[in-house]
Amino acid sequence: MTEIPREEYILKCTSACAGCSDSLTLRYVLKAAGPETVLVVPACCTSVIQGIYPHTAMNIPVYNVAFAAAAACASGMSAAFQAAGKKANVIVYAGDGGTVDIGIQALSGAFERGTDFLYICYDNEAYGNTGMQRSGATPVGARTTTTPSGKIQVKKDLDGIVAAHNPPYMATACAAYPKDLFSKVQKALSIRGPKFIHVLAPCPPGWRFSSEKSVEMGKLAVRSGMWILYEREFGKVTINGPSKAAMIKPIPLEEYLEPQGRFKGISSEAVAMLRSQAERNAMRLKKEEEGIC
Amino acid sequence: MLTVATGNKAVAAAVKQACPSVVAAYPITPQTEIVEQIAEYVTSGELKSQYIPVESEHSAMAACIGAGVTGVRTFTATSSHGLHYMHEMVNWAAGARLPIVMANVNRALGPGWNIWAEHTDAFQERDTGWLQVYVASVQEAYDATLMAFRIAEHESVLLPVMVNLDGFLLSHSMQPLQSVDIGDFIPPIHLPHAIDISDPTSYGTLTGPNDYFRLRWDIERSMRDSVPVIRETQEEFARRFGRKYDFVEEYRCDDAEVVVIAMGTLGKEAEVAVDLLRREGLKAGSMRIRWLRPFPRIDLSGKEVVVIDRDYSFGFGGVIARSLAATEGVTPFSVIAGLGGQEVTYDDIAGFVRGRRPGEELWFGVNGHV
Ligand SMILES: Cc1ncc(C[n+]2csc(CCOP(=O)(O)OP(=O)(O)O)c2C)c(N)n1
Ligand code: SF4
Ligand SMILES: [Mg+2]
Repeated sequence: MTEIPREEYILKCTSACAGCSDSLTLRYVLKAAGPETVLVVPACCTSVIQGIYPHTAMNIPVYNVAFAAAAACASGMSAAFQAAGKKANVIVYAGDGGTVDIGIQALSGAFERGTDFLYICYDNEAYGNTGMQRSGATPVGARTTTTPSGKIQVKKDLDGIVAAHNPPYMATACAAYPKDLFSKVQKALSIRGPKFIHVLAPCPPGWRFSSEKSVEMGKLAVRSGMWILYEREFGKVTINGPSKAAMIKPIPLEEYLEPQGRFKGISSEAVAMLRSQAERNAMRLKKEEEGIC
Repeated sequence: MLTVATGNKAVAAAVKQACPSVVAAYPITPQTEIVEQIAEYVTSGELKSQYIPVESEHSAMAACIGAGVTGVRTFTATSSHGLHYMHEMVNWAAGARLPIVMANVNRALGPGWNIWAEHTDAFQERDTGWLQVYVASVQEAYDATLMAFRIAEHESVLLPVMVNLDGFLLSHSMQPLQSVDIGDFIPPIHLPHAIDISDPTSYGTLTGPNDYFRLRWDIERSMRDSVPVIRETQEEFARRFGRKYDFVEEYRCDDAEVVVIAMGTLGKEAEVAVDLLRREGLKAGSMRIRWLRPFPRIDLSGKEVVVIDRDYSFGFGGVIARSLAATEGVTPFSVIAGLGGQEVTYDDIAGFVRGRRPGEELWFGVNGHV
């Protein structure tokens, strides 16, 4: 594996919360992408943590754009670079709300058109920027400011939606596994066409756990099977090591749920729904990996 | 070269000559032909553009913005519902100081579904920071589109320009079209704030009130600076290609005691009405406002004014009548006519003038007659 470069493209002193996995994720994404990169960022926590004009914490060009517009904006940018014969990575870095909800149309359009870009969704499972309202990616049972007694519906299957577009490369990752994330970004950028990486980004204030536990929370998500690390490269699925291990011997789901205030008082029905969704996902991916789907 | 073309084809022909690097557009009646024609040009290789067949108008403008910020020339076209679907990005394009050119084929807004001419669609975008020009012939649609690129990309403007043509009345009317060899009329685009990988800059970050306020003023300053640029561009166009345009096209106004003011095709129809009224002994004239933004100053002193608005601002009035009342201190007879494609003939316009009632508002064919 290649060394992770020492260069930093997200500079110190951002206005991110302590323990923010959005910034941790971005740090490794940019290390993997390198300086020949333009980042397109819709409204989300990332548009806040860069700092206030005329200052910026970003050491690569960043185009901040309207909430629903990231994938379409990147389409235009990618086409313009192509027209001008310039080479640069065009990377959308968007939250779950900007991806599974308001931005899904633009995302779908850009993937259907075969846009040459990388779309990264960092998923903190709610609208962080506006103070933690539910999103389509919020899991069932989780309390947010608009689901004060826990979300009733299950998390939207974003990866299923993206997979239906048959992109040449898609993967999941988690901020708690930065090396895995790093190599997935590098691999994605080596392929032409629309690429997608969905990164679980545990969020201390949103999920209501203490800020030093961000990495631990990401690991618990993977070990409990609530988050599965895998890649789908030209249609071929590979489940990555940590999730392979979790599929053989998962930790109890409660170990992931209990430290999080958002799941406080979760009903046993909601836990059962979480469990069955996780099991269904694991089953489907395993079958796909073995080629029996 | 002299041909016969529709307004839509004339716009597409001008775009082909301006050769934008990126075109992103979504079809809507009555603009569709522009999108189709450009797709044809790109497919046949006559136009070397990246053509992005986006999935919506919001994405059309977003794609033009993403492309534009890299420093290349961009174009899109839309109409009514499409324009409003992209409204968020219409604002964004101006705020981001991107010289995008867009053709808007003016059409009414639903409900009920109505695909015919009305100006309310573009008028509702008048405060976004876009320059807006309204044309009255196929030839003018072509000429104005060519000029739009030069004006938008001028270093002291750097604002987007919307070229408006009346749905069906122009978009689908066949008229003679004299195309020109543009030569270097549109210089290569240079965007001073284009993305530069070697000079990493963040665009559109959080901006506090003081800086935000300054950026807004900067838009207004450029809007004001666009006035001499438009004038110079129109004069240069006339010098090179022989066709003259102004902010306001005046017709027999010099000795006129009453002037009819209208926009788009109605402005041309008004000229025929003026001839008719003159034959009847009334000293009439007409003015066709071409630029809605920047809004022109018009000397109307000593004249009676009849304004025909093919638009309406509910709870306020006809936008042009109200605007002129505010900027020029006149008391116009305000006629609301032509909404949703209502037919308005020169006879009707002559009737408005004969029965003028300064200070009053008439909804043609709806509330009272003249
Ligand atoms: C059109 C529009 N609607 C609503 C908003 C308000 N808004 C800004 S960011 C945001 C939520 C972002 O959530 P997500 O994409 O999950 O990113 P996060 O903030 O969690 O990082 C909302 C609702 C907006 N900026 N634009
Ligand atoms: S709310 Fe969560 S995602 Fe947003 S900055 Fe804070 S920790 Fe990061
Ligand atoms: Mg979020």
